[in-house]
Amino acid sequence: MEAAKTVAIAGNPNVGKSTLFNSLTGMHQHTGNWAGKTVANAHGCCRTPNYTCTLVDIPGTYSLLAHSPEEEIARDFLCAEKTDAVIVVCDATCLERNLNLTLQILKINPHVILCVNLMDEAEKKGISVDFSVLSESLGIPAVGICARKKKGIQNLLHTLDKVLAAASENKSDFHTTSLTKCRCEADITAADDVNTAKAGHTDADTLIKAAESIAAKAVTFHNPHYRAKDIRLDKFLTSRLTGYPVMILLLAVTFWLTISFSNYPSALLSHLFTKLEGVLSALLFSIRTPLWLHDLLILGAYRVLTWVIAVMLPPMAIFFPLFTLLEDMGYLPRIAYNLDHCFKKCRACGKQALTMCMGFGCNAAGVVGCRIVDSPRERLIAILTNSLVPCNGRFPLLITLSAMFFTGTASGITGSAASALLLTGFILLGVSMTFLASRLLSATVLKGLPSSFILELPPYRCPQPCRILLRSLLDRTLFVLGRAVLAAAPAGVIIWLAANITVADASLLTHCAGFLEPFARLIGLDGVILIAFILGIPANEIVLPIILMAYLSTGSLVQTESLTSLHTLLAVNGWTPVTALCTMLFSLLHWPCATTLLTIKKETGSLKWTLIAFLLPTVFGCSACFLVNSIGKLLFHV
Amino acid sequence: MNPPLSLYHLAPGESAVIKKLYCSGSIRRRLLDIGMTEFTKVVCVGAAPTGDPKAFLIRGAVIALRREDSINILIEKKEKVNGSC
Repeated sequence: MEAAKTVAIAGNPNVGKSTLFNSLTGMHQHTGNWAGKTVANAHGCCRTPNYTCTLVDIPGTYSLLAHSPEEEIARDFLCAEKTDAVIVVCDATCLERNLNLTLQILKINPHVILCVNLMDEAEKKGISVDFSVLSESLGIPAVGICARKKKGIQNLLHTLDKVLAAASENKSDFHTTSLTKCRCEADITAADDVNTAKAGHTDADTLIKAAESIAAKAVTFHNPHYRAKDIRLDKFLTSRLTGYPVMILLLAVTFWLTISFSNYPSALLSHLFTKLEGVLSALLFSIRTPLWLHDLLILGAYRVLTWVIAVMLPPMAIFFPLFTLLEDMGYLPRIAYNLDHCFKKCRACGKQALTMCMGFGCNAAGVVGCRIVDSPRERLIAILTNSLVPCNGRFPLLITLSAMFFTGTASGITGSAASALLLTGFILLGVSMTFLASRLLSATVLKGLPSSFILELPPYRCPQPCRILLRSLLDRTLFVLGRAVLAAAPAGVIIWLAANITVADASLLTHCAGFLEPFARLIGLDGVILIAFILGIPANEIVLPIILMAYLSTGSLVQTESLTSLHTLLAVNGWTPVTALCTMLFSLLHWPCATTLLTIKKETGSLKWTLIAFLLPTVFGCSACFLVNSIGKLLFHV
Repeated sequence: MNPPLSLYHLAPGESAVIKKLYCSGSIRRRLLDIGMTEFTKVVCVGAAPTGDPKAFLIRGAVIALRREDSINILIEKKEKVNGSC
């Protein structure tokens, strides 16, 4: 058995490297239509007819003259490691620029396959590619594929097989290769300083010229107006008049769809769970389970668990696919484009909008994503402000509370529209807080002027509904739900113990809640809510379940026939709309979860910045809650 | 005598040819990487809601550039593009 061959997948940003990687390895790396999703190498296995390969999906780069950390990862891998073959992925609709990188890589490693992706898009736009011309002028095999539809993958594997065979025959090649490698690196360093090293500059220039002439020979544009559709869409989505309103409208409609379509399945689920509870309860009694154990299992664990599922699953199953739809279409870079001016005013980088959008998924992923921001100062700003937008784990609490407390008696369309608007307001608040925090940081600890900004706006791509549904359900919805259920169990034990261990006439829970109560009251919460947020540090998903468990364990048991009973439980424990508003505000603006904090520590390598990342949103949240609570007190004389 | 034109002065729907990059360091390298070399044709395809940044079609890709960066890129032969490029 021969050792596995190392094959790198390289290419410009957003040409579908990760999609190809996924279809070759059967793995599920995050994909989406924007430049900079992949910021670290991903490894996977695949088999060609004769070889086992370790595939490495490396971050997209425009050239081997790296600028940002994620491009350095790509360059270091291609230059330093013993890579047996490189698959250079190109976008068929933008071949000319992609060929520039191909030529650069060819100077380092001769065992390259040119893999032209997105052939379906090219066909739609009336662009045809002549592969024999490409292969001849580059001296390497060239194949056309469509990674999304898994077309041409077999052909690619066979070609890879041949290239690997040739590579292992030419062992002597390695010396010459390393020589070329050194020379190329010398070229690269020379090109680094364009003003002094004329030679390096000319070299880079020659490659671009060569790419231009090859593309001119191999690519034919049958339709000169192939970009017409994109231009029309861009006019609508980014114009002076419609740009911002459409952005806010899209956000509001997403929430409205989420809230109005999740009511019915939520009610159905909780109805089902109530029926099941009767069956389970009877079963437990029939096997003579002691009453305390029955109560703990059914009234404690089972009810909280089913509440979590009934309340969290439907909104997530609707919200995440909608968000993935926007991402796959290519709308996220347009958000960055629209918001760049505001970020510039705050002396930050427009790409921060992209990392902010990733934060809507997971703040830890958003923090890692900040590697796409080139300037170290702006990258720190992006990292420190990332948790000011709510992640997957916090959305359910926001959606549930806004639907419960602010739709009033008006259910149906008006009710869900009202809470959708409220949620949109919360997101806009989070975004404004991001601006405010960025400006504050650049005026104090991270002084500096905005640096240059180059953002690629990819062509709009038609999303694949089935893939979106499947991936967002499996990768996000079940992931978040699983985390909530898993983290809720140990938290449940802690809560149950705290509620049942009595010290000096009161339970531990009462002591703790009583201790935090004065401060919590000041910011419109109560001791239990604050405890839930503190216990929620491992995972934000469990904040709401902990609140429920704590209230349940103090004795006020309610039937769970419908979601209104949840409202009743909270109301019995003294919740007013102001409490709900403050809880939502605090959920939006409080310390990042443990995973995010660890990621920040790793990315910044400094405890000081991690501490600032902890304090910044917390101070914001406490002040905002205090303000809202005081105003609420004045208005309602509570 | 016309004053020197920069890429920033290109309005949506106008095209031109790159003449010279008046910038250095990382931004210069980045611009060269995306293929912004001498004599390259660029088309301005739009602007963000506030008018800044603007989007340029260059070698088949659309790239957004801020005023601060595009003003340092000199162009010549400005002309209107027929249709929607």
